[in-house]
Amino acid sequence: MSFARRTRRVTIAALSTSALLALAACGGGGDGGQGGEPAPSGSASQDPAYEQRGPITMVQGKDTSGNVQNLVDQWNAEHPDETVKLIELSDEADQQRNQMIQNAETQGSEYTILSMDVVWTAEFAANQYVDPLPQDKIDLTGFLQPTIDSATYFNQLYAVPTTSDGGLLYYRSDWLEEAGLEPPTTYDEMKTACETIKAEVDEAADADCYGGQHQKYEGLTVNISEAVDGAGGHITDDSGQPTANSPEAVAGLTWMRDAFADGTIPQAALTWTEEEGRQAFQDGKLIFHRNWPYVYNLASESDIAGKFAVAPLPGLNGPGISSLGGHNWAISKFAENKGTALDFMIWLASEEVQKSNALATSQAPTREALYSDPELIEKYPYMETLKASIETARPRPKVVNYGDVTLAIQDATYSTLQGNTEPQAAFADLQTKLDGLIQ
Amino acid sequence: MATVTEASRAVQPPPGDTHKRKANVLSDGQGKLAAFLISPTMIVLVAIVGIPILLSIREAFFRENEGIDPNTGLLQGGEEFVGLRNFTDIFAGTNNVTSTWGTLDRFINAFINTSLFTLVCVLIETVLGVAMALIMSKAFRGRGIVRAGILVPWAIPTIVSALMWKLIFDEAGIMNRILGAQVLWLADNFSSFWAVVIMDVWKTAPFIGLLVLAGLQTIPAEVYEAAKVDGASVWQQFVRITLPMVKPTLVVAVLFRTLDTLRIFDAPYAMIGPAKYSVETLSMFAYEEANATRYGPAAAYSIVLFLYIVLVAFIFVKLLGADVVGDEESKALREQRRRKKAEGKLAGSRTGKQRTSITSGGMP
Repeated sequence: MSFARRTRRVTIAALSTSALLALAACGGGGDGGQGGEPAPSGSASQDPAYEQRGPITMVQGKDTSGNVQNLVDQWNAEHPDETVKLIELSDEADQQRNQMIQNAETQGSEYTILSMDVVWTAEFAANQYVDPLPQDKIDLTGFLQPTIDSATYFNQLYAVPTTSDGGLLYYRSDWLEEAGLEPPTTYDEMKTACETIKAEVDEAADADCYGGQHQKYEGLTVNISEAVDGAGGHITDDSGQPTANSPEAVAGLTWMRDAFADGTIPQAALTWTEEEGRQAFQDGKLIFHRNWPYVYNLASESDIAGKFAVAPLPGLNGPGISSLGGHNWAISKFAENKGTALDFMIWLASEEVQKSNALATSQAPTREALYSDPELIEKYPYMETLKASIETARPRPKVVNYGDVTLAIQDATYSTLQGNTEPQAAFADLQTKLDGLIQ
Repeated sequence: MATVTEASRAVQPPPGDTHKRKANVLSDGQGKLAAFLISPTMIVLVAIVGIPILLSIREAFFRENEGIDPNTGLLQGGEEFVGLRNFTDIFAGTNNVTSTWGTLDRFINAFINTSLFTLVCVLIETVLGVAMALIMSKAFRGRGIVRAGILVPWAIPTIVSALMWKLIFDEAGIMNRILGAQVLWLADNFSSFWAVVIMDVWKTAPFIGLLVLAGLQTIPAEVYEAAKVDGASVWQQFVRITLPMVKPTLVVAVLFRTLDTLRIFDAPYAMIGPAKYSVETLSMFAYEEANATRYGPAAAYSIVLFLYIVLVAFIFVKLLGADVVGDEESKALREQRRRKKAEGKLAGSRTGKQRTSITSGGMP
């Protein structure tokens, strides 16, 4: 075992040096790292590292707002012996994940606190890249339940919810008002509203009805899950079993396919991620647009400032259901000074810090009370809608091989949207694949 | 410094030791010193190239355990030896994907994409590259600017040009405005394939152009003058003089481009995106597998790609006689030895004959 571990370390060290050969030599080697040590819940509190205090690091994507550095500075001023160093990784979620996995596979102690995307929880926990957290030391009251669920794997808490995210329906309030309409709650209402608006509002005559994120990437998984959930189906049910071939799930996919076919969603949306869609909405090319809360501030500084508003997502037969986004803080298994790390995470998740972070970055907080905070509501008028979106949001499948699952979902969806596969056949095929992937 | 005599003595072996001599055609008796001097480099190379390659070959025969403990949800971990299964699974048809080429195994699909990219890109690049070289070699005003202009795409890092072309090929981008049509280049269809071809040709045709230009400049002007005197047309000059004389350079340039394009990764990955099956190449697929922490299959696919590249390089060298190493010296020495052997047979054994050294470094 220890020999194997050493082999693995050497392998990976050698591999990272020969970056040019990365493709020829993408081996891992050895069987160390995760060899069957059981980790019963609460075991972390016995880990001596949880008594250790001292300097730690915190690893996340680009700190675009600069606010995380402010928070870190604030902490460092108060705790000169337990300083935190911020390590910024790439903008791309995939690359962040890669670097964190690489650090864990080499059992490096460089990373202490990891900012995990909610969909990595299962993978990081099952591979024991991150520690189970001592539940008795963390007070979870006041957190939105879906955010706690997103940090939990097999009834064990692995992370502290940091930020959350839920989808919103952005709409052109000026056009809807001119046509005398209320924001739609179902897809049919949305389609009818579009027809009315295009007929009555000159400016909107050439606009497309709706658009979300339909490029083949994680955003497509989010959007198709919302369509499926909104139709009353689920891609995976509450116990995690795949139910993609249920009639409701197929109805969700059929709706999206038909929306592309009849032009409700423009063909161009097949290449849209968040930014392309936002651009189209800001350019006045869309009446309705599904996106995350971050768009609000940006759109408020664009040509459509004051001409748009947000509503909960629509669904096929009733109100829609958002996919849950967000990030959580976890502690790397191979880190030192985990005592400091735990304290720092709890401090970060406190109400005051979350509030200052929300004000500075517009990231959605994970504490319920903040959604009725007057200062936040004044700055972000959508807080109430966002809270509703997060409270009813569904997590994406919680599986170890999430990468394979999300790719299978994207494969089935994208080929249907491009008109290459029929919805029924696509999801039947997806069901077979998911049955194999999800144990 | 070795004198000519010493050098030749070293080359002349004791009688009866002919096959040792064959291996050391260039040796001047300083083999041990040379080995000592280059050993640091060799040690580094072994550490950063040799060992990782060996380990990844080993890895290709293993697979991670994917079993999950039903109570804790933790991975059981560890690896098992699977023999050739990582290779044979390519043909098991368990991982089918749908692309422009129909429903195929993901590996086979990637293999087809890789080969087609190579064929199409290199073909177009060769034609354009030669044309560029011909233009660059002509003397005209502003030649310097044209030369620099043609080389700019080649100097830009691929990842940067991929992102640049991503903007051009955006559904609301310049390309669609020029065409006046709405082509979804960045989706996953046949136009995505061509988007990659266009970008790759734009980027690397100048490379072939540059190498061919170097070849063109070695052709003496007198040859063309003579042809002109003989009344050869421009086309005849090109086909009968330029092409044959530039062929050695051109073949090497095409070989380099072929080997390079077989590894194509950043253009389709950064521009079109991962898991787009109409552009997914072998490098991309191997990368995606490693990304999914399936190092065994990833290593296996990389090895297949490696063997494929070796095969193509071999065919090139054998069929087109590409002289990649360009080791004139050892060739000349081998030739000389062959001649001498023939001479020796003719006139009985004559030893101690001095040779003229071709190595400039060997002369005092």
